Amino acid sequence: MEFQAPVLAPAAAEITLLTLTCVVLLVDAFLSQARRDVTYLLTLLTIVSTAFVVAFMTGEGAQVTFSGHFVNDPMARVLKLVVLATTGMVFLYSRDYLARENIYRGEFFVLALFATLGMMVMISAHSLLSVYLGLELLSLSLYALVAFNRDSGNAAEAAMKYFVLGAIASGCLLYGMSLLYGAAGTLDLAELSARIADGATLSDLWVLVGLAFLLVGIAFKFGAVPFHMWLPDVYQGTPTPVTLFVGSAPKVAAFAMAIRLLVDGLGSIGEAWQSMLIVLAVASMAVGNIVAIAQTNIKRMLAYSTISHVGFILMGILSGSEDGYRAAMYYTIAYVIMATAAFGMVILLSRRGFEAENLDDFKGLNRRSPWFAGMMLIVMFSMAGVPPFLGFYAKIAVIAAAVDANLTWLAILAVVLSVIGAFYYLRVVKLMYFDDPADEPALEGSSVVKLALSFNGLLILALGLFPNGLIAVCQHVFG
Amino acid sequence: MITIEHYMSLAAVLFLLSIAGIFINRRNVILLLMCIELMLLAVNFNFVALSRFLGGLEGQVFVFFILTVAAAEAAIGLAILVVLFRNRRSINVDELDAMKG
Repeated sequence: MEFQAPVLAPAAAEITLLTLTCVVLLVDAFLSQARRDVTYLLTLLTIVSTAFVVAFMTGEGAQVTFSGHFVNDPMARVLKLVVLATTGMVFLYSRDYLARENIYRGEFFVLALFATLGMMVMISAHSLLSVYLGLELLSLSLYALVAFNRDSGNAAEAAMKYFVLGAIASGCLLYGMSLLYGAAGTLDLAELSARIADGATLSDLWVLVGLAFLLVGIAFKFGAVPFHMWLPDVYQGTPTPVTLFVGSAPKVAAFAMAIRLLVDGLGSIGEAWQSMLIVLAVASMAVGNIVAIAQTNIKRMLAYSTISHVGFILMGILSGSEDGYRAAMYYTIAYVIMATAAFGMVILLSRRGFEAENLDDFKGLNRRSPWFAGMMLIVMFSMAGVPPFLGFYAKIAVIAAAVDANLTWLAILAVVLSVIGAFYYLRVVKLMYFDDPADEPALEGSSVVKLALSFNGLLILALGLFPNGLIAVCQHVFG
Repeated sequence: MITIEHYMSLAAVLFLLSIAGIFINRRNVILLLMCIELMLLAVNFNFVALSRFLGGLEGQVFVFFILTVAAAEAAIGLAILVVLFRNRRSINVDELDAMKG
């Protein structure tokens, strides 16, 4: 067997990110606490340069390299840019919070950068092995990030729960991969798909059981019911900047993983995973929207809201058409923008030694700051799916895809459940505008956080008023 | 004659044992970590057996990666365990219930 050196150009972005992350890690080790801003700025520089490489230097079309383990296609480029932009926003939001709570340490930035690298590998995965390695790089960094406030008992508890459940999920994913490898004799996703389509597999049973185990891993990464138990605890237990990170960018990676494994790898047995995904989607939308009503902690409420959004994303994927994948991708991007803004709001309202994590902390926000009450209003309306905001078009696209796939009952159920869900979003709006605040301190957040949040909120409005740009991007990827 | 089914059955038994261990054990977090390790080893067993059976090398390469990741995972798991113990003075699974709802 002859060894050929792989073509490195398609992976230029990952190489850049890894190199610069190592630089950040090294530089940070030599900095005193007073000069931690250097780490922060280097981290932002890393994100910007990687995004630059993704956008301009990784070529056109689809290129496969590393013996078929790595692919760089339009979907990879778009999703990587979304991940990088989200991570950049997370850093902008986080800096002041971390400094205020005395957890302004280099680990946060380095771990988040490694997690980003993991997400990029997952997005570009073209074999079972690279899916697994990307997933583990992401997950291991996230476990450490969740526990990174070492003095918080809740954070440690959340990290332990996340770790144990996450490890079970990746164990199941691996078991599924081993069965698929046994049935098809290959790790390459394209070849796997071809062999299953040709009926060239050893055993159909192995393929189906393998698929079921893969779905456990995917559902866990998304946080779909019944694999959602970690989500509320992790969201509540960790410092808000980590919640912001865990709740946003990894969902894009989970979407990419689902597309790579289910569509690229197992597309030829679409009916098999469609029925399994229907169960996950219905359960997620129902549990997410109904349990969220009972929450008094806004981070927990947003966790259940995430679960319900995941149900919608899965609904797009299970439609099994290019339209469906496009809608799911649109929904994922919309969700990430909305989630970043929602957790950014929690960060903005927090003060030294005070977490604005209860719904009551939003009481009378309109009197304290009409502008940011307006931003929160946009986010909540968008999440509820009220026109003309971004979330409305996302919901319409997904529901239309389900109707096209002759799943009208599922579409109707989704509409009913999102109407139920609108209740808890509107409750936040009611608290902000019609209730009296307990006390009226001015908002403390720095101008960076305020600017970022304003940008984020206006982006939701702008993409809602002019939805064609983002739709065109998704169309460029699928179909 | 030992066939591939025998190997895969053994791997399946090991895998189920580890899952059962995780759900039955309510006492000690360290036992959870051991069960997780057993789970990954069951998968390794599967990969090695299948790789030999199919005559390819990919499965064995995969095993090397899994072993490495398992080591990293154990390190992070134990680190979280230490943080947990320092904050709560307990590593009892039943006492991990401060957050609910």
